[in-house]
Amino acid sequence: MSATGIGAAVRRKEDQRFVTGKGHYTDDVNRPGQCCAYFLRSPHARARIRAIDSGAAAKAPGVLAILTGAELAGDKVGNLICGWMIKSKDGSQMKMAPHPALAHGMANHVGDAVAVIVAETLAQAKDAAEKINVDYETLPAVTDPAKAQAEGAPQIHEVAARNTIYQWHLGDQKAAEGAFNAAHHVTRLDFINNRLAPNAIEPRAAIGEYDSGTDGLTLWNTTQNPHVARLVISAFVGIAPEHKLRVIAPDVGGGFGSKIFIYPEEVVCLWAARKIGRPVKWVSDRSEAFLTDAHGRDHVTHAEMAFDVEGRATGLRVKTIANLGAYMSTFSSSVPTYLYGTLLSGQYDIPAIYCEVDAVYTNTVPVDAYRGAGRPEATFVVERLMEVGAREMGVDPADLRKKNFIKKFPHQTPVIMNYDAGDYHASLKKALEIADYDGFGKRKRESARHDKLRGVGISTYIEACGIAPSQAVGSLGCGVGLWESAEVRVNPTGSVEVLTGCHQHGQGHETTFAQVVAERLGIAIDNVSIVHGDTDKVQFGMGTYGSRSGAVGISAIVKALDKIEAKAKKVAAHLLEAAEGDIVFQDGKFTVAGTDKSAAWGDVALNAYIAHKFVGAELEPGLKEGAFYDPVNFTFPAGCHICEVEVDPQTGESEIVAWTAVDDFGTVINPMIVEGQVHGGIAQGVGQALLEGVVYDKDGQLVTGSLMDYCMPRAHNLPTLKVDMTTTKSPSNPLGIKGCGEAGAIAAPVAVINAITNAIGTEDLAMPATAQAVWQALQKVNSRRQAA
Amino acid sequence: MYAFTQHRPATVRQAASLLAKEEEAKLLAGGHTLIPTMKLRLAGPKHIVDLSKVEGLKGIEMTGRSLIIGAMTPHVEVATSPVVKEQIPALADLAGKIGDPAVRHRGTIGGSIANNDPNADYPAGVLGLGATIITNKRRIHADEFFKGMFETALEPDEIITKVQFPKVNKAAYVKFPNPASRYALVGVFVSKRSSEIRVAVTGAGAGGVFRVPTFEEALKKRFGAKSLEGLTIPADGMASDIHGSAEYRAHLVGVLARRAVAAAVG
Repeated sequence: MSATGIGAAVRRKEDQRFVTGKGHYTDDVNRPGQCCAYFLRSPHARARIRAIDSGAAAKAPGVLAILTGAELAGDKVGNLICGWMIKSKDGSQMKMAPHPALAHGMANHVGDAVAVIVAETLAQAKDAAEKINVDYETLPAVTDPAKAQAEGAPQIHEVAARNTIYQWHLGDQKAAEGAFNAAHHVTRLDFINNRLAPNAIEPRAAIGEYDSGTDGLTLWNTTQNPHVARLVISAFVGIAPEHKLRVIAPDVGGGFGSKIFIYPEEVVCLWAARKIGRPVKWVSDRSEAFLTDAHGRDHVTHAEMAFDVEGRATGLRVKTIANLGAYMSTFSSSVPTYLYGTLLSGQYDIPAIYCEVDAVYTNTVPVDAYRGAGRPEATFVVERLMEVGAREMGVDPADLRKKNFIKKFPHQTPVIMNYDAGDYHASLKKALEIADYDGFGKRKRESARHDKLRGVGISTYIEACGIAPSQAVGSLGCGVGLWESAEVRVNPTGSVEVLTGCHQHGQGHETTFAQVVAERLGIAIDNVSIVHGDTDKVQFGMGTYGSRSGAVGISAIVKALDKIEAKAKKVAAHLLEAAEGDIVFQDGKFTVAGTDKSAAWGDVALNAYIAHKFVGAELEPGLKEGAFYDPVNFTFPAGCHICEVEVDPQTGESEIVAWTAVDDFGTVINPMIVEGQVHGGIAQGVGQALLEGVVYDKDGQLVTGSLMDYCMPRAHNLPTLKVDMTTTKSPSNPLGIKGCGEAGAIAAPVAVINAITNAIGTEDLAMPATAQAVWQALQKVNSRRQAA
Repeated sequence: MYAFTQHRPATVRQAASLLAKEEEAKLLAGGHTLIPTMKLRLAGPKHIVDLSKVEGLKGIEMTGRSLIIGAMTPHVEVATSPVVKEQIPALADLAGKIGDPAVRHRGTIGGSIANNDPNADYPAGVLGLGATIITNKRRIHADEFFKGMFETALEPDEIITKVQFPKVNKAAYVKFPNPASRYALVGVFVSKRSSEIRVAVTGAGAGGVFRVPTFEEALKKRFGAKSLEGLTIPADGMASDIHGSAEYRAHLVGVLARRAVAAAVG
């Protein structure tokens, strides 16, 4: 391993600009003649828009335009779409309701954009917004997914009877029924996977600019996938043809999924820019982010697991209602289906699984992928059932897991996925050792001495990353392929630019991707630049989400590097006057096998461009290669997290006192960055388990509309994390990478809940397990004890 | 934020006359409540009377048996003051628990108690120590000062200049922060000054800070946590929101009071 190659903890190249305030985010971009957009948003969860009177507002100082859904429809601007078609069990297609960028006729959630005010300054736009008179007829709303399908519930969209988007299923119902009929023990649980607001530190932002000279449009946007944004905006919204639209995603400060999606605001900025002939900028504020950034999770689930007399899990049945909010966001339909049901086998050999998912509309912010997307929900189901099952059967939860682990690979689960590699025993064993699982009883007694209840919880999770083989996802309804592209451009001086279709918004690609290239070409890491985030530079790409950039993005780079090496060998052969087949490339040097004749990387790069040593008929000048890499399978990162808590029974407060994470991410490019990803993921998972939860009141008003009420995790909520690894390489990509971005957020919530329920002696505990929730659960335990 | 005129008087007298003269005028101390409210366009005062240039409103001193804190003294100075730490350590501790570093560097004691946020920390300290609020017009005892949520005895053109705290034998503040906002979901301040026992509660009450006479009576017999065993306060009159039901808040008052007494006894 070289000091900067694969496996080296190289300091992040991009941090020079990030930590010195030199990052260049969308809001740092300012265009000549730029004006500001402000969105007037519905204060009602559901209301008919009878009329919009903007007469007085239009005359207010600085106002350039006030546009509504009517103008949008008049200009034939298309609706936003959901790009993954899911079929119901009866074969019918999902019920996708129109999603105009500005509400037209009906407002369907608090925060739904009703009009945009474009003015010289933001203050002028806000002043004008107060002068707009919207005549709303407020209507009853529904926000609770469990109530959305009830008879008489408000019908939100005409197309979806009983607000039901689809009734999907997966697996073998009969086989599952058989398993339950023959079961020795059945564990049953009902729970809610709480709704989360992503809260990336950089709020969303967009600038639309129209150039009448070229009839071209440019969009600067906080997006995780600029090419997908361009594709949707050109092909479906129809604002500009693809070749006349440039999307630039400059530095982006966190996404966690929420910046994958195509949102109304960027569409409106582009449309308004063309209409008024000036660049239009919009920057979300934090309050707006709570009301408009796609939320995550929000499942209501009943789940049951059948065990035989030996404690082997023989069947799993899951029924989930998934809240997709007021409109179907870009990839919303796939999250509670193919990113959820397909992971319900966990790390276990479960012969029969049957899963049903109803997706519903409610008068809430749209719900879509958020760090982990479907897989944290699946892990929560499986790992709660395994933990509670063990407690009910009186066996050690670690032992029950061992008994049920998949031991042979490849393993075909009953829910589509074919696990290609893993060693679940190894990660569990290592985690139990690091956590001193055997010493828990002693620690529990120590905690009891100072009036604390101590609990331990295990989570042996699995995820499917490396998203995804295009043909496979296509057969499941995905509207796009999920390959990745790369282009390696070698300059005459030997430095290298790598263009990738991935996008970094915190992941450190400028470092990790460069490590792979530097090692392969034997050049200094500083001689490699990673270029991304601009559709005029990178030809096409699918962006970054689903822990795919290493497994898919780097694989595309490796494929392009293979081609570079092949071409460079040809150049070297001419330069060294040897046969191409005799050229060996190693450590940045081309050598004629069996001789001391060699050429350095830089000589070959230069000769590729000056082309003095070969003629065009034999070899093209230049050294630039591109590749598209389509994965052959998902990758399956897995591992074991163990959480230990101390609960104060008097206040209900839970303190996480120890955390062990042993993950198998396959080949690791940069262990420091991976450890950082694990830390961040665990923090978000702990946030979901202990602190975070979007709350709507019965009228559909967002109660947790600011950080004063929506609690994000802070440093003091976490102990020092013990992070370690075991490794089985993924056989499905050239470097054996699996992916690490979501693991912590997938593993953590259920580890916390398993630990707290272990401490307090009741399984009846919802997330977020706030101090009040834990205290209330303890009250119930106490009153049951008193009654008994 | 709406447009407003900012005034920067140099004396308390000038500030008071601006308050009396200008319609819709607001005093600006640390601004940590007022400015966010204005930014959200939930408040739109036409005139801001900024107290930052008024002389003599800042500082901490011990006079006889009283600790005097100027109204414009930021929390961080109270939290780190050697004088406060020596004379009434519980008050320094309280100030150090307010908000976050930004709030503690800008927010002031005068601003906090004049605003009387039902979840603020200082009202518990002021009431729990039996302090006296000194204004440009008079002296108001803490027992007479807090009148309910965001309401005080202050008249429209009255400005707090100082707060006078009596030195006590024993005191402690125990806070259970709202996990999101870090305001007090419940905070209990207890003190003992010869025979005077005070138990003041912030965060819990629907009407703002209040004293708990039953606890105080029990502590008069013996100032120890055991004296409060089994004592509770009713949930009636407690605030209730997503962070804490009335029952939970009432329960926490008991728990925190016992812990505060234990801490005060040391």
